[in-house]
Amino acid sequence: MTLDQLTPGQRGRILRIDGVDSVSSRLREMGFVAGEWVEYVCRAPFHGPVKCGLAEARIAVRNGEAKRVEVELIV
Amino acid sequence: MATASDSPSASPGNSGSGESVTVKSLGPGHFRVALVGNPNTGKSTLFNALAGLNVRTGNYPGVTIEKKVGRCYASTSPASTSPGDRHSIDLIDLPGTYSLAPRSPDELVAVEVLTGDVAKEAPIDLIVCVVNATMIRRNLFLVSQLMELGKPMVVVLNMIDASQSRGVTIDTDRLAENLGVPVVATSASRRVGIDELKQLIADRCVHHQSVSASNNLAQTAQADEIPGDAEIPRPDPRSPLPVAFADATDAVMTTLVGNGVPHATLPNPFLIQRALIDGQHAAVGSPTAETFLSQQFGFCITRAIADQRKQIYSSDAGGGSVDLIDRECDARYAWAQSQLDGVIQKNSPDQSGWTDRLDALLTHRVFGLLGFLLIMFAIFQSIYSFASIPMDAIDGLSGWVSDGVAQMMPPGMLRSLITDGIIAGVGGVLIFLPQIALLFLFLALLEDCGYMSRAAFVVDRMMSAFGLSGKSFLPLMSSFACAVPGVMATRVIENRRDRLTTIMVAPLMSCSARLPVYLLLIGAFVPATKYLGGWMSLPALVLMSMYLVGVVVAVPVAWILKKTILRGDAAPFVLELPEYKWPALRVVFSRVWQASIAFVVRAGTLIFMASILIWFSGYWPGDHARQFELETQIETLEASDQTDSDSYAAAKIELNQVKGSLIENSLLGKAGHAIEPVVRPLGWDWKIGVGAIASFPAREVIIATLGTIYSLGGEEDEDGLIGAMRASKYPDGSPVYTLPVALSVMVFFALCAQCVSTLLVIRRETNSWFWPALSFTYMTVLAYVGAFVTFQVGSRIF
Repeated sequence: MTLDQLTPGQRGRILRIDGVDSVSSRLREMGFVAGEWVEYVCRAPFHGPVKCGLAEARIAVRNGEAKRVEVELIV
Repeated sequence: MATASDSPSASPGNSGSGESVTVKSLGPGHFRVALVGNPNTGKSTLFNALAGLNVRTGNYPGVTIEKKVGRCYASTSPASTSPGDRHSIDLIDLPGTYSLAPRSPDELVAVEVLTGDVAKEAPIDLIVCVVNATMIRRNLFLVSQLMELGKPMVVVLNMIDASQSRGVTIDTDRLAENLGVPVVATSASRRVGIDELKQLIADRCVHHQSVSASNNLAQTAQADEIPGDAEIPRPDPRSPLPVAFADATDAVMTTLVGNGVPHATLPNPFLIQRALIDGQHAAVGSPTAETFLSQQFGFCITRAIADQRKQIYSSDAGGGSVDLIDRECDARYAWAQSQLDGVIQKNSPDQSGWTDRLDALLTHRVFGLLGFLLIMFAIFQSIYSFASIPMDAIDGLSGWVSDGVAQMMPPGMLRSLITDGIIAGVGGVLIFLPQIALLFLFLALLEDCGYMSRAAFVVDRMMSAFGLSGKSFLPLMSSFACAVPGVMATRVIENRRDRLTTIMVAPLMSCSARLPVYLLLIGAFVPATKYLGGWMSLPALVLMSMYLVGVVVAVPVAWILKKTILRGDAAPFVLELPEYKWPALRVVFSRVWQASIAFVVRAGTLIFMASILIWFSGYWPGDHARQFELETQIETLEASDQTDSDSYAAAKIELNQVKGSLIENSLLGKAGHAIEPVVRPLGWDWKIGVGAIASFPAREVIIATLGTIYSLGGEEDEDGLIGAMRASKYPDGSPVYTLPVALSVMVFFALCAQCVSTLLVIRRETNSWFWPALSFTYMTVLAYVGAFVTFQVGSRIF
């Protein structure tokens, strides 16, 4: 499943980032690395960007970017 | 190029004489130090703590990022008072970045500054990398890249207080040992560790200076023995990347040398490495290390890079087909993890942060939006109302000075130049300062406390539907007060294309200078019909529509721009929401100060010159003798308190007539007559045409100009002006002003670019003449077409 498919409060372990371009580079630089866990916190109004918790940081990504992050649900 | 290792034993080879490296005191030195780091590491606070207000801003050629250089002084020992030890340091503040892989011209400039490749810029002596102590691991990604530059470096663990309050202890000595680079902990906002840092900076700069001096000695001695090889720049051995990368970089470098490139012009190995990794997937036309290198070295390097890239894939142990960018990221994060071995210790359990608690409200789907609108409204209202106090004061002051000059000098060309040209021009520039200062105050407060990113988060969806960025909201909103600070505020938008689109669209937001024009024309020509039992009136509706005209037109303009000139891949939107903190007032005031000074000095001088030019074109040609006679007569009568006499009234009337005819015969007036055929289809006569041209320096000028042309006194006779406009007729008896004409004038003003200040600020912010020229052109065309359509359609309906 991908990051945008999580629901608020759920955590996922990052498996990989799909595709290779400036978006994936940017995601990697910000800390979306395979093996890290990411928490889906909430979504902006009008189905906007998703706020995630990534280690100690809080990062917002748009839907397009979130769809590129493949995660495995941590229960 | 000397390697980055600081130990003296790294000097290449042995000079036969076995001389030891003596560190001679070289007197007070002057060093260049670059400040880099992730965003949200407190870098600005640190910069401010080191340089204070001692900051110069400027532009790098060809890009929009600002060059920010601060000056500080430091000595190598704390107790030293000898002037010989006090070194001056130029601190170059580079924009916050997560990685050194350049993906835009702005990011490329930052890399060029670090590698010392920017023309006319001296090389950097030391890199100071600012790291957020609460998230060291991610920051180490950038640190590993910086190390590969091969320059002396120092790591600053800033915000150490935040880390301590979470119960985390960091063993800085251990970290320094692991990294092989000095590490100092600071809390810039509390001024902790700053003196230590200054001393360390001075120490490292002086040390490196003497090491390279002795290396040069050794190399010159050696050059006779072993030519060539020893000087080829090599990739830094501390790089965490797999060996295949270093081999490939070496191979490319060798090719360059083999092609006869002299040693002095060889590129930094870091650039070659970036070209190998990034070049493969760079969007077509985007500037990268590879484009930079191919511009300098031509096809031979492009070929070498492509070959070596294939080599890495084929040679590789265990990488397989994994993309080079992914390999780089994996290697760097693994390295970062290993560096933190034994460094971090958590002493107490996590305390729940108040950042998350505040965010539960501020990023909430409903309350977040409400909070946002409230905050924006409060800011807008403040700028509108608070700014008016100093603005009125400046207006009053320039009027007072003008009167003072008028009393001291007889009416004449010089007096007119001083009062109507110079004083009006300077006043015209200074009048913007209160709004600029207030807007930047709010911007700096919001940015520093951390709310700005939440604001961008909340409105991003709406704004990107219009081709804009979440951070466009505040600049566009401020443009409803005045586009000059609004355009300046677009600096907060990092993405170049989003920023330029916002700048192009900002002047369409009906600014406060258009309001008097709307009010005048609506007051004169829109019937005061009421609807909904008195709740809504036609004049109010028309006023609101004028504001909406700008907003509605902005949408397709942004869309077109994004599809044509500013087309490109959507920039990645990955936004960090930092911890909330109390804004550092020193940083805030420094920002306000910088923005104000930059405006006054850069844009201000041009605006001032433009005002003088406009004054001149309204003054010449024409014999003003009669005007001056009358003015002298009037002033004498006023001085002797005879303002009731008939001769006073007659003189005033004649003066206005004379002034009116002088304007008509001036350059400005002639231009108005010349364009009359062009403005006829809009329903205008030449007087309105002159008014439109005369309002180029500032839109409100049209009211004063019309007042003069209709032979009245100006603002204080507005009712008289309305009367005169209503009564104004063509030779055949038909009225000049009808409702469609009034509407067409208003629509023209809603869409036109009649504001030299805005255009000049756009020039300054975009560092080119193209964008202001485009802005003026498209808006004038739009305004003309809009006025045309309004008039033609309006005269059919009404």
